[in-house]
Amino acid sequence: MERGAPLGRLFFYCLVCKAGPEAASDEFEGWPVVGCTLRLLIFAAASFMKQLVEKHPLAIRWFHWVNFPVLSLMIWSGMWIYWANDVYRLGWGKTTLLKFFPNSFYQAFHLDHKLAQGMSWHFVLMWVFFLNGLLYVLYTLFSGEWRALLPTRHSFKEAIQVTLFDLGLRKQHPPVRKFNGAQQIAYTSVILMGLGSLLTGLAIYKPVQFGWLTQLLGGYEFARIIHFALTIGYVLFFVLHIAQVVRAGWNNFRAMVAGFEVVEVNPATHEVTAGPTALPAADASLSAK
Amino acid sequence: MTEETPVPAPAGNPQEPLRPEAEVLAEARRRSRRSFIGLGLAGLAGLAGWNWLISQPTEQGIPRPLRKVLDANGRLSGAYFKETRLAPEFARSRARRPRVNGDVGLESELDPAAWRLRVQAYGSNTLQEFTLADVQTLPKIEMTTELKCIEGWSIVVHWAGARLSDFLAKHPLASRAGRPADPQNPSADLAPYVGIETPDGLYYVGLDMASALHPQTLLCYEMNGQPLTPEHGAPLRLVTPLKYGIKHLKRIGTIAFADARPRDYWAELGYDWDSGH
Repeated sequence: MERGAPLGRLFFYCLVCKAGPEAASDEFEGWPVVGCTLRLLIFAAASFMKQLVEKHPLAIRWFHWVNFPVLSLMIWSGMWIYWANDVYRLGWGKTTLLKFFPNSFYQAFHLDHKLAQGMSWHFVLMWVFFLNGLLYVLYTLFSGEWRALLPTRHSFKEAIQVTLFDLGLRKQHPPVRKFNGAQQIAYTSVILMGLGSLLTGLAIYKPVQFGWLTQLLGGYEFARIIHFALTIGYVLFFVLHIAQVVRAGWNNFRAMVAGFEVVEVNPATHEVTAGPTALPAADASLSAK
Repeated sequence: MTEETPVPAPAGNPQEPLRPEAEVLAEARRRSRRSFIGLGLAGLAGLAGWNWLISQPTEQGIPRPLRKVLDANGRLSGAYFKETRLAPEFARSRARRPRVNGDVGLESELDPAAWRLRVQAYGSNTLQEFTLADVQTLPKIEMTTELKCIEGWSIVVHWAGARLSDFLAKHPLASRAGRPADPQNPSADLAPYVGIETPDGLYYVGLDMASALHPQTLLCYEMNGQPLTPEHGAPLRLVTPLKYGIKHLKRIGTIAFADARPRDYWAELGYDWDSGH
């Protein structure tokens, strides 16, 4: 790299002041003297320091990353099963907007003629999905993590603000917390959907022994429809989730792997000046409303 | 995803000095590295487990570990099973004619007059023969239940026939000592399994005794108010809303009792042997 390039970049950082000081001084890691001097200068100029904040406990991270492949395989084997009677569609009368699924879809992913394998995988992995989900819920209950997760009476209003902000229709940034209102609603919903999948699954797996459940869920055929619709729901959740994780950036993603986030703290007041945070202090913005 | 000593939250606690940034960032790097390597290793371990699973020898069409879990599921639901739990019944007007989904075991011509139901007594090699009229002397049970295909569709059908349990109470062939079968109070020498086959032996199913003695398990001779047609299993077929349609064997030839699970046509092709509801 050219000698002038890092200097130019530093100038850019100082000018625009977009990134934290560390991003700038990192550029000079190979130049001890310049790097250190700049670092000091930057620290003096900037009124905040980077600190680590714990975000996701180890257990939650495990549950999350175990669930991802297991739910994927449940959906995959579920499609092997669904292929054998693929009657669902979006539409009315004779008009079909979307057929689940077009033949080309089955062929592209080799989903056809695998009912027996699909059922065997489904009825093995259901235990992993169930146990992982159960442990997650128990952990969330007993660790107090549910406080950050469950929606409050402010969540719905905030979810609208977040949505408008994300769509670029609102300028004001929604309050920054571990989970904002939209996240609280989305994550709580997806857990309830998991429960729904387990219950509808049981209702169509053992419709006589759990006949009361099957009847409660609208009968054998309707329970199967719900079971399928919930699966479509996971796929939509997944698309949105990935888009939001990409959007939220590295700091947020790393927290689901390593557990912490880097935040910028004002050394005088210890106030978090930038970065998403798990700090209880940040929750005050919400409860004060 | 390795966890290190948790760092105390810096804010909300103004007494505690902030940690130097260099130290914080070094720790961030170290923890990131360890966590990502941990996650990668966990992923690799998962892949290795997956490869191990699918490379296991197959047992009846699926890798043995999967078969073991299916069998464990079957035992679990067997333990939960209660013969007082009934499949829901529907208004008779909702009954429809089910689609014919296979003719394995039905391909040869059958002379209804010459047909006999042959039952092998438990623990003996002798076969006892019964005519359709013999079956029809038992109380006629009618029920409108859902026929659930393992493919995922279901259809309401009106069935009529004799309870297998009534048949085995009148003809005590399922117990070694020749005791009449009593679903409420099964005798200790009752056979644990029933195997049913078509006359040509090309289609065969196995049932656990609890399902066989369930009040909704019928030796069925009428469908939707009409005698069975050949493609629906004339003269006598098995109907049990406790199992998927694959167990509703058409054109019963022989019934036998066994200590171990009898062979089952679809279980050999990778399906759950129990396939129970």
